[in-house]
Amino acid sequence: MLGYLARRIAAAAFILVGVTVITFSLSYLMPADPVAMIAGRNSTAETRQLIRQQLGLDRPLVIQYTSYVARLAQGDFGRSYARKTDVGDLIWSRLPATLLLMLGAIVAELLIGIPAGIYAATRRGKKADKAVMTLSFVGVSAPQFVVGLSLLYVFAYMLGWLPLGGYGTFAHLVLPALTLGIAGGGWYSRMMRSSMVDVLRQDYVRTARAKGVPEWRVVLKHALRNAILPIVAMIGLDVGIFMSGTVVVESVFGWPGIGQLMWQAIQGIDIPIIMGVTTVAAAFIIVGNLLADLVAPLVDPRIRLR
Amino acid sequence: MRALWKQFRKDHAALAGLVVIIVAVTAAAAAPWLAPFDPNQQFFDGLTIEGSPLAPSARFWFGTDTLGRDQFSRVIHGAGTSLLIGILANGAAVMIGTLLGVTAGYVKGVVGAAIMRFTDLMMAFPALLLGIALASLLKPSLFIVALVIALVNWVQIARVIYAQTLALSEREFIEAARALGAGPWRVLLHHLVPHLVPTVLVYGTLGIATTVLYEATLSFLGVGVQPPTPSWGKMIFESQSYYLTAPWLVFIPGAAILIVALAFNLVGDGLRDALDPTQRGRR
Repeated sequence: MLGYLARRIAAAAFILVGVTVITFSLSYLMPADPVAMIAGRNSTAETRQLIRQQLGLDRPLVIQYTSYVARLAQGDFGRSYARKTDVGDLIWSRLPATLLLMLGAIVAELLIGIPAGIYAATRRGKKADKAVMTLSFVGVSAPQFVVGLSLLYVFAYMLGWLPLGGYGTFAHLVLPALTLGIAGGGWYSRMMRSSMVDVLRQDYVRTARAKGVPEWRVVLKHALRNAILPIVAMIGLDVGIFMSGTVVVESVFGWPGIGQLMWQAIQGIDIPIIMGVTTVAAAFIIVGNLLADLVAPLVDPRIRLR
Repeated sequence: MRALWKQFRKDHAALAGLVVIIVAVTAAAAAPWLAPFDPNQQFFDGLTIEGSPLAPSARFWFGTDTLGRDQFSRVIHGAGTSLLIGILANGAAVMIGTLLGVTAGYVKGVVGAAIMRFTDLMMAFPALLLGIALASLLKPSLFIVALVIALVNWVQIARVIYAQTLALSEREFIEAARALGAGPWRVLLHHLVPHLVPTVLVYGTLGIATTVLYEATLSFLGVGVQPPTPSWGKMIFESQSYYLTAPWLVFIPGAAILIVALAFNLVGDGLRDALDPTQRGRR
């Protein structure tokens, strides 16, 4: 287990380095000239040269990259071109909002997926099963911005139950979390169904039934414990999907997280922010994948560690 | 083929999906004849006196947009953009993924390890963030958008094909072919690759749902295809701030995206069930 852990962490570190190489190359390929953006349209050639030197953009590429990584290792993400503030501070101040949103989305997708999957599994092959499984594809096929705008229209505008976007209270969290989690809810209902169907076929379940345990108790007590484990083990893998989704969801709901920050930065081609957010998001995804890798064998001892 | 169709036909949801796809492709191909108006024509009477878009009526079936253009014609013309990018992008993604997956799984060794580590690296990137960065970097024409989507969507396919190739190459019939003197290329193309066709078919269909949603999202964020090319995501992006007063501008193109993505998901799922004999009788 320890060797496995060490190899996994080493692989994760290697991937993180690869991430910095790619984000750095991407930022270098950006067509817009950051110097012109900072200096303004009426700047002289001398001013531009000065800014270029201050940013270190006149040095060789390899030096620029190594100094970028060295600063990154110290938690220094550089300064935003447009906002003139520290990118690290910007990201850290907005990270809690995004993490809260992701936590809400995990709760939402589990609350949708697990009951729907159990229900479909107990009605296997019947109309209700087909209906739930088709409905799960509707959740998966709906574009997040359409889901978000629809929920806002119905629950905030027509019914007035929840606020029209913004941040602060639990009521503000409900719709964005639901929007971000609805596709995951669709996937989890399918996985929960197939996991439950497999467990319900096992001998110990037949034994429980033979003993005269009521069916609801068989499903919810005996089978659920085993059926839910592979689902829980996958939560770590959701981080990647959520990190993409936050850009859309946060822009629809005006949620002040890193997705919104990323979006504003892309419109202003604010390269340090784009690089910073991408790197931080990738780091979270790597940790999420690592967690999923570590939880999987704990949950199912049959999985061999390599 | 006939057995496949027989199996597929039993799945009513998948059949419905197939019908939707045929209708959408026909609408996209015949858009200039089907659409009642030019999608880019701005009508003088297409806006109210105050300059707001018109609600759906007998003349403008889906209402008009913020520039007084006929939304029904725009939705029909948008089908082509959505389907073309979706199919092109997914075709390219499946091609890249299959090529890399088969190479890594069949060649193994350093090349295989290098390809799979690169795949791991791509897995760590938030696909949409990378797509946005790429799309804002390149000037997004239709083909560029398709290429960007393909570049961030091949990873999953590569991993699945890699795992299958690896498992297949250990099987006895491959060893038998080798023992009979078949060269590595012959083993690969005549004995191994045919077994990957079902997976490629399923991903070739399911993946289109993903790429269609992806195109819509990029357009919604303003980094997709550029005007005047009509795109469903772009239509929502342009009228987003009107969604409370003119909800048809958001919900009609939104429903179009949902229906097309759902159709490809249902057909892909039906195909998977029809192609996988081990799943038979288990549903």
